Amino acid sequence: MNPAAGSFESRAALALKDAPLQKALGNFKPLFVAKRASAVAELADFEALRERAAQIKNAVLAELDVWLERYAAAVEAAGGKVHFASDAAEAREIILGICRDANAKTICKGKSMVSEEIALNPALEAAGYEVVETDLGEYIIQLAQEPPSHIIAPAIHKTREQVADLFEAHHPGRPREESVAGLVNEARHVLREKFFRADVGITGGNFLIAETGSSVIVTNEGNGDLSQTLARVHIVTSGIERVLPTLDDLSVFLRILARSATGQDTECYTTISTGPRRAGDPDGPQEYHVVLVDNGRSKMLGGKFRDMLRCIRCGACMNHCPVYSAIGGHAYGWVYPGPMGAILTPLFNGIAEHYDLPNACTLNGRCQSVCPVKIPLTELIRTLRSEQVKAGLMPARQRTLLAAWGWVACQPGLYHALERFGSRLLRARAGRAGRIRALPGATAWTQGRDLPAPAGETFLEQWRKQRGEA
Amino acid sequence: MSESPRVGLFATCLMNVFRPNIGFSAVALLERAGCKVSVPMAQTCCGQPAWSAGDDDTARALARQVIDQFEGFDYVVAASGSCIGTLRKYPEMLATDPDWAPRALALAGKSHELLSFLADELKVNIDSAYPGRASYHDSCSGLRELGVKSQPRSLLREVKGLSLLEMDDAEVCCGFGGSFCVKYPAISEKMVDDKIRSLEATGADTLLGGDLGCLLNIAGRLKRKGSRIRVLHTAEVLAGRADGPAIGDEEPR
Ligand code: SF4
Repeated sequence: MNPAAGSFESRAALALKDAPLQKALGNFKPLFVAKRASAVAELADFEALRERAAQIKNAVLAELDVWLERYAAAVEAAGGKVHFASDAAEAREIILGICRDANAKTICKGKSMVSEEIALNPALEAAGYEVVETDLGEYIIQLAQEPPSHIIAPAIHKTREQVADLFEAHHPGRPREESVAGLVNEARHVLREKFFRADVGITGGNFLIAETGSSVIVTNEGNGDLSQTLARVHIVTSGIERVLPTLDDLSVFLRILARSATGQDTECYTTISTGPRRAGDPDGPQEYHVVLVDNGRSKMLGGKFRDMLRCIRCGACMNHCPVYSAIGGHAYGWVYPGPMGAILTPLFNGIAEHYDLPNACTLNGRCQSVCPVKIPLTELIRTLRSEQVKAGLMPARQRTLLAAWGWVACQPGLYHALERFGSRLLRARAGRAGRIRALPGATAWTQGRDLPAPAGETFLEQWRKQRGEA
Repeated sequence: MSESPRVGLFATCLMNVFRPNIGFSAVALLERAGCKVSVPMAQTCCGQPAWSAGDDDTARALARQVIDQFEGFDYVVAASGSCIGTLRKYPEMLATDPDWAPRALALAGKSHELLSFLADELKVNIDSAYPGRASYHDSCSGLRELGVKSQPRSLLREVKGLSLLEMDDAEVCCGFGGSFCVKYPAISEKMVDDKIRSLEATGADTLLGGDLGCLLNIAGRLKRKGSRIRVLHTAEVLAGRADGPAIGDEEPR
């Protein structure tokens, strides 16, 4: 998907006024936050698991080239084929080539954030393929022609009525369904027929296992399994950072992923695929391809943002982010929203182009307190701001103000004089009211809030009067 | 703890200008607990606004200034989790500066947020009274950077007449976030409205917290909406200095 047009602020303003979206966001707490809290509380060693998971990832990232080589060798040994794509365009080309060689007409897709990242669907559709998203949420936003607004619940911003409208418009000849169960059933019927027609199945890969050459997907709908086992050709798309050394390591991640994502002990389906169908296998694809996408990841590996490559795309950070909860995912302007998106989007698409994302954060730290792989998200967000300042991207007015303030703050006499002056000025403006309702130059504060007024004399001057120096 | 620990009070910019009563409350509590309190007169800012904005050089200059003025004390204490959180980051800020890194480390090691310092390091006799139903908002820096959670509550339980009501989402950010609230006012207002909804659901008549930035934000929004809920720093209640107008409230005639 290409980054959205318009500014972050205009998208955020729209989101704040979008009543159905606000209603959907209101459901986050019972849906994600409360469930995660109880799932985590049930596990005595969750903290130890987080630590272990972060260690495993760090060890892999320290020798990523080695692990990728081992993984690729294991895939080939199992009869599969590995393709490395340095950027989104190359990844699309590779996948189009595989589909061409397979003489495909219909392509079924399991949920994959990498496929969103590389804007795969438009490319496949432009080449004339029928592309069907089979994850219910992805299917809904495919019909609506919208980007996902959440990495694990892509259509979370849509209400039941909106989904009913979409289905009615796109499923001619079927009666309108209103209930959730009815809508799910309708999607199941429509999708089932496509699964059997599919020539190629494309899935993501939550984890790649170096020792066995396996790819692992974790879903709640089983749609990924149907996509990958019924088609003649299975293509896995994955970031290069998703490798784990062994199945033992996988067991650590399976214990934290579902709990962090949806508050389940485990997702309904965990599927480990290794190579194409072997002689004697009852089912499975004839060809098995893995497309490993770099797209800026190896650059992150060598820099200040390496920790971000531990991300397992669980969504916990956005579920717990008060800014995301206020504006939803589309305001972030690309496929990755919330705290992880505020870091990944500028890193992938430019810190100038996405200036607002790292700045629209209160650095409250709730995201990193729930991140299952202990990514220091607020630290990385602050580091991005520092990179933006170094690149001269801070708006001139703010830069001048900050520089002037910084200079004055290093001159205590002057700083205190200004504080005394400001204190009296504000006190005079407030009178006995104790607060100021409108203040020129501070409208961003006073448009929605009163400004509590100072007492008139600063603490330091009162202290000096009472106790003398120091 | 040794006889009369020498404490340097870090005043914080917001307290110095907007709410000196918090500073005097902090001094009263520290002295009651047996500390010898000094207020270095050349102190200014901890550097947080610069550090958060990504202006690392300005933040480092201010960090050196704070270290210079405060390293001689046994402890540095401020009635703000976010300013102390910044002092605790000095070692990270000055890590590549061989002259200053050890001094930063030493300062960070003796810097404490007031409420946790009173509860964890000292024995303080709280003999104040506050008739009211209060709810405590956990400010983010204090909570997540310094682990301030149980200490203010246990101190407040000793205040006569005060009942403590927990609100939903007490740990969720109020939308202040330093310059965030003026850079993205619409998002910030939505966040503070969520906070106020949780607060009002408790039936509390008082909101308490440990960080003036959050309190100014919440009080500012409450007062704009005409709410009568009083907003105070926890130290003011603990020190028995909560009789005057609360934050943003009218002065009596
Ligand atoms: S940053 Fe952490 S919490 Fe957010 S999606 Fe990635 S792993 Fe999950």
